[in-house]
Amino acid sequence: MTAAPAAATAPKIVSPRREIWLSMRANKGAMAGLVVIAILVFLAVFADFVAPHSPIEQFREDPTNYLKPPVWQEGGSWQFILGTDDVARDVLSRIIHGARLSLIIGCIVVTISLALGIGFGLFSGFYRGVVDIAIMRFMDIILSIPSLLLSIVIVAILGKPDIAKAMIAIAITYVPHYARLARASVLTELSKDYVTASRVAGASNLRLMLSTVLPNCMAPLIVQATLSFSTAILDAAALGFLGLGAQAPTPEWGTMLADSLKFLQRAPWVVTFPGLAILITVLAFNLMGDGLRDALDPKLKR
Amino acid sequence: MVRFLLTRASLVIPTFLGIVFLAFILIRLVPGDPVEVRVGERGIAPERHAQLLHEMGLDRPLYVQFFDYVNGVVHGDLGISVITHRPVLEEFLTLFPATLELSFFAIVLALAVGLPAGIFAAVKRGSLVDHVIMGASLTGYSMPIFWWGLLLILTFSVGLGWTPVSGRIGNDFFFEGTSGFMIYDAIMSDEEGAVKSAFSHLILPTIVLGTIPLAVIARMTRSAMLEVLSEDYIRTARAKGLSTWRVIGVHALRNALIPVVTVIGLQVGVLMAGAVLTETTFSWPGVGKWLVESINRRDYPALQGGVLLIACLVMAINLGVDLLYGLLNPRIRHKR
Repeated sequence: MTAAPAAATAPKIVSPRREIWLSMRANKGAMAGLVVIAILVFLAVFADFVAPHSPIEQFREDPTNYLKPPVWQEGGSWQFILGTDDVARDVLSRIIHGARLSLIIGCIVVTISLALGIGFGLFSGFYRGVVDIAIMRFMDIILSIPSLLLSIVIVAILGKPDIAKAMIAIAITYVPHYARLARASVLTELSKDYVTASRVAGASNLRLMLSTVLPNCMAPLIVQATLSFSTAILDAAALGFLGLGAQAPTPEWGTMLADSLKFLQRAPWVVTFPGLAILITVLAFNLMGDGLRDALDPKLKR
Repeated sequence: MVRFLLTRASLVIPTFLGIVFLAFILIRLVPGDPVEVRVGERGIAPERHAQLLHEMGLDRPLYVQFFDYVNGVVHGDLGISVITHRPVLEEFLTLFPATLELSFFAIVLALAVGLPAGIFAAVKRGSLVDHVIMGASLTGYSMPIFWWGLLLILTFSVGLGWTPVSGRIGNDFFFEGTSGFMIYDAIMSDEEGAVKSAFSHLILPTIVLGTIPLAVIARMTRSAMLEVLSEDYIRTARAKGLSTWRVIGVHALRNALIPVVTVIGLQVGVLMAGAVLTETTFSWPGVGKWLVESINRRDYPALQGGVLLIACLVMAINLGVDLLYGLLNPRIRHKR
């Protein structure tokens, strides 16, 4: 905690990483987002211990266990704090395990699309000419189809929907954003002296690409990654809701919503809580993404 | 000027061909060939299979098939739905007015609320109002709209009984020779209560579909306004003694609107994706719901045609916005 006064007496040299952290800490929204994300990560990692029940166990032995309301409503019990669904599964446990699934979905989608996007962007930026035109035109085409629509189509092509296909589909629709960002940063960096210096020193193209230029292009990509983490979770839930994502009994939030639509009037809690979980998670990542953007790239500040 | 219009418009051609190509290979990527998809699980004799392939022109080289397909698309032939046996284009055009009507009201709502909210937040920067507006818009931006729709149904339709749960108009109304636009038809029909019924069906879906564009427009307007408000000419206008609202409403807003217009153009894609979810939630008989149903019925020609049409629509509107932008802003027009 000695850092705060040091930062206050400005002209001291602060390491870039420290500067980002200080800027983030000053942003209340970003910190709130970070706290929520920390809780989510904790729940996801320790879901097996934190969740009171198994997410797929059906408590059929007692007939009152079907569509049991949450504890604060009449007929609720502490055994099932957020109530149960139509096949007597604990809603709270399903939501906690859903957090694990959603974070995994976010990670995988962002990793795939980031890797492909960086690859395309680097190639485009380095080799220019026909390669560049071909790649960028292809990206434009992907961008001209609304992303949710495109992922629906890709899932449809891949056959019987499941969570893996949904992740691949969503990842593909995000590639163009990363590719464009990466290309733009590569072009800016390539014109700088240090790249020329390293080229003169005999660095190979591959070395230039990966270890000289790429690290300097990461800032906008990291911001985009945090922001698309939230859209990935949202899109996966949307696909689940449409029946094109995770399939029952997987405790995916969107799928949970779709499965309980029929009980909307009789048992609102089976619909309310999974949706609330999606909203809170997505909001937390957006808050953090906004804060990170302001911290990493003051030029982009909105 | 003409040169700008032509250059910009010609850039669309490769993208259009690319979209057509994507739509073309889409059907070929589906596991099993179209004949198998069509006959389903019954199976088929190999000779009959080959014959059908020949009839459908699928035994010819791929590039010949592609040019045939492009030719068909340009002439409005998007294939025949496997389920209804009607031309895909015809099906799309029957349902499209419903989506258009919904999207229109959604974007009107988004503008009517989003613009003033953004301006207000910018003018009162740092105040409680600003924080509330920005918090609300980030929440709206993060909203799973399918769930938002269910919440609204739960509150206003089930709980309070104010609005109907689904559909476009009450069952007791029936119009002859409809235009497809329910509000217009209801106004024209002279039937008592028809307009009210149509609007009460429209209101919740409009809110749901408008939520994300509203949030985006409010955020964008605020940031554009903040940028403009710090410029010298605004200080000059203030120094001249103009009223605050004249400075904001006339001098600042005009320049702040330029980026906002672009963002509005980009919302078309968001609206189309949102329509898929909103229409599914509210059983709204538009193209979004139709596409989801096409997938569930394995009606690939319908899916192919629908996606192609929506992609072309989004492309055309983006082109329109670009051209309009060039007309409004000479700096862009003269940039090479």
